[in-house]
Amino acid sequence: MSTPPTSDAPLLEAVGVGVEFTTRGGTVATALDGVDVAVRPGEILALVGESGSGKTTLARTLVGMQRPTRGEVRYEGKPLSYSHRSMKQVCREVQMVLQDASGSLNPRQTVYESVAEGIRLQKRVADDPEGRSEPEMVAAALAEAGLRPPERVFLRSPHELSGGQKQRVLIAGALALRPRLLVADEPVSSLDASIRGEILALLLGLRESLGLGIVVVTHDVGLAWNIADRIAVMYLGRVVECGTTEEVLERPRHPYTQALLSVVPEIEELTPVVLRGEVPDPTRIPGGCRFHPRCPAYADGTADEAGIVDSCRATPLPVLAATGDHRVACHLVSERDS
Amino acid sequence: MVELLELHDLSVAYRTSDGPLPAVRGVDLVVRAGEVVGIAGESGCGKSTLVSTVLRLQPKDALVTGEVLVAGRDVQTMGWGDLRALRWAEAAIVFQGALHSLNPVRRVETQISEPIRLHEPGLSAAAVSSRVGELLEQVGLPAARSRVYPHQLSGGQRQRVMIAMALACRPQLIVADEPTTALDVMVQAQILDLMSGLVKDLGVGLMIISHDLSVLADVCDRVAVMYAGRVVELGSAQQVFGSPAHPYAQALSQAFPRVGDAAARYSPAGLGGDPPDPHALPPGCSFAPRCSRAIDACNEEEPPLLEIVGRQVACIRVGEA
Repeated sequence: MSTPPTSDAPLLEAVGVGVEFTTRGGTVATALDGVDVAVRPGEILALVGESGSGKTTLARTLVGMQRPTRGEVRYEGKPLSYSHRSMKQVCREVQMVLQDASGSLNPRQTVYESVAEGIRLQKRVADDPEGRSEPEMVAAALAEAGLRPPERVFLRSPHELSGGQKQRVLIAGALALRPRLLVADEPVSSLDASIRGEILALLLGLRESLGLGIVVVTHDVGLAWNIADRIAVMYLGRVVECGTTEEVLERPRHPYTQALLSVVPEIEELTPVVLRGEVPDPTRIPGGCRFHPRCPAYADGTADEAGIVDSCRATPLPVLAATGDHRVACHLVSERDS
Repeated sequence: MVELLELHDLSVAYRTSDGPLPAVRGVDLVVRAGEVVGIAGESGCGKSTLVSTVLRLQPKDALVTGEVLVAGRDVQTMGWGDLRALRWAEAAIVFQGALHSLNPVRRVETQISEPIRLHEPGLSAAAVSSRVGELLEQVGLPAARSRVYPHQLSGGQRQRVMIAMALACRPQLIVADEPTTALDVMVQAQILDLMSGLVKDLGVGLMIISHDLSVLADVCDRVAVMYAGRVVELGSAQQVFGSPAHPYAQALSQAFPRVGDAAARYSPAGLGGDPPDPHALPPGCSFAPRCSRAIDACNEEEPPLLEIVGRQVACIRVGEA
């Protein structure tokens, strides 16, 4: 049904992006610690990780809502300058669809107002190439998002809509600006199982009909398997494994990715590797490989046999490149490959 | 095996200005000691209403008919004194949303010890405190964590506290309403491991409610799928998740793709339409309007839950030649 794009220059990319937050006590939390990712026009990239992996911070940084403390975000090869004028273009062409549709719509605005807000802020009616009026643009966006006939929902309030319809209104609000890229944060996590497939099919259909690129942030590997061309698996502010969806999900090489896949209930053939504890505190990122305190290969002696324990504990791993073949940030994998 | 929970023809309707709104319609279900029973369904299918009747926690405007037996006694008709003695001590509920179910201004210790102090008033403070410590260790938290407030804990740790609280008075039956929703997969796996371990070690009966059939398939012995207030399929977890018979159970099962399944690549499985309005349920099968296999006969009368293909299914098209 859907095909990934052929090679093209990246539309949006993060280059060595780091984001730090200083807490009130003065401690520094490193949410992103050097990340390279790139998404090409018409491509679907999934950022997969648990809470605290930095995936939402990366999504916010990609759309310019968060300024990186290190590195830069480039749109069409040019670094974002964060001036009002240049951000206006980026904001129009790169649209974010927020997590939790119920909480992201203003409960006192009608569907029409919600979708028209972006059109007004960006003064899209004046420079519409087809010379459409505002209601026509709102109707077109709602129809593209699968709410047909659109006029029927114009005057509805969010509380009159189902969860799936609310998610479609949010997507329509983004589409109204004719973006080239959508950044969707957990687009289906708050939806019922039967609605989930419909929204994912909508995203795939938009890529097909409008050539949209999509960055989808998720903790759900099944979702990535359903729609993504490429996957970047994140752990504690870094990409630890990336490649095509088939490479990463069918032949995972990083012990973290392997563990993550083994606990997905649908995958029966893998013996579950339940990691102990949770993603560590970003104010105290472990030295060496940041995953080593929870790594099953480190704990069960595999790393010891390979003679790389000291590297795991002390040698930091390089940042993975944004493009190229299946890449893994793990001393054990590098040792085996060499 | 001992029957810990029996639901006999349970129906619940809410009184509204537009007339009674049916939420649960004729559910029969049994949970025995040492058994894990799952209930799967989407928002509005009646699963949380069903849970609320187990300890007679349903709102005042709910009309309950049928029987809810906990350890053989009818919860809906017993006196207040008996009901108070039964809550926590014979059956306990782990409520949905650990974030909101804990009191933010009370220490974890105070909250876990509250049911213990109420049910065993003779116990000394030291004995209560050591019991809290044991409970926390049982759910995989250090006993020293009893002094913290809920906001100092992560989502998974809060869920562990909720489970410790449910275990406080050594109940035989535990009901967990969406215990892993809003948790990460790794933490979800930890919590599911913990709960399966408790069933094995303590021999309690466990009923788990979830919208995620794959979660239930992992831990449950038997799974019931609910749609529009009724059980539409009931069977072993492998049957219901691996080879579902009811078209709705099939859609629910397909909604969670298996990684590696080439058919799911670039083609997410969805189900068109919305669940029916409970005020205007279709005359026949309530799933018929969304069902790809529906025929005219489906709209005539509600199909009964019958023993077909080794499980119970409410669909006239299942088992046809």
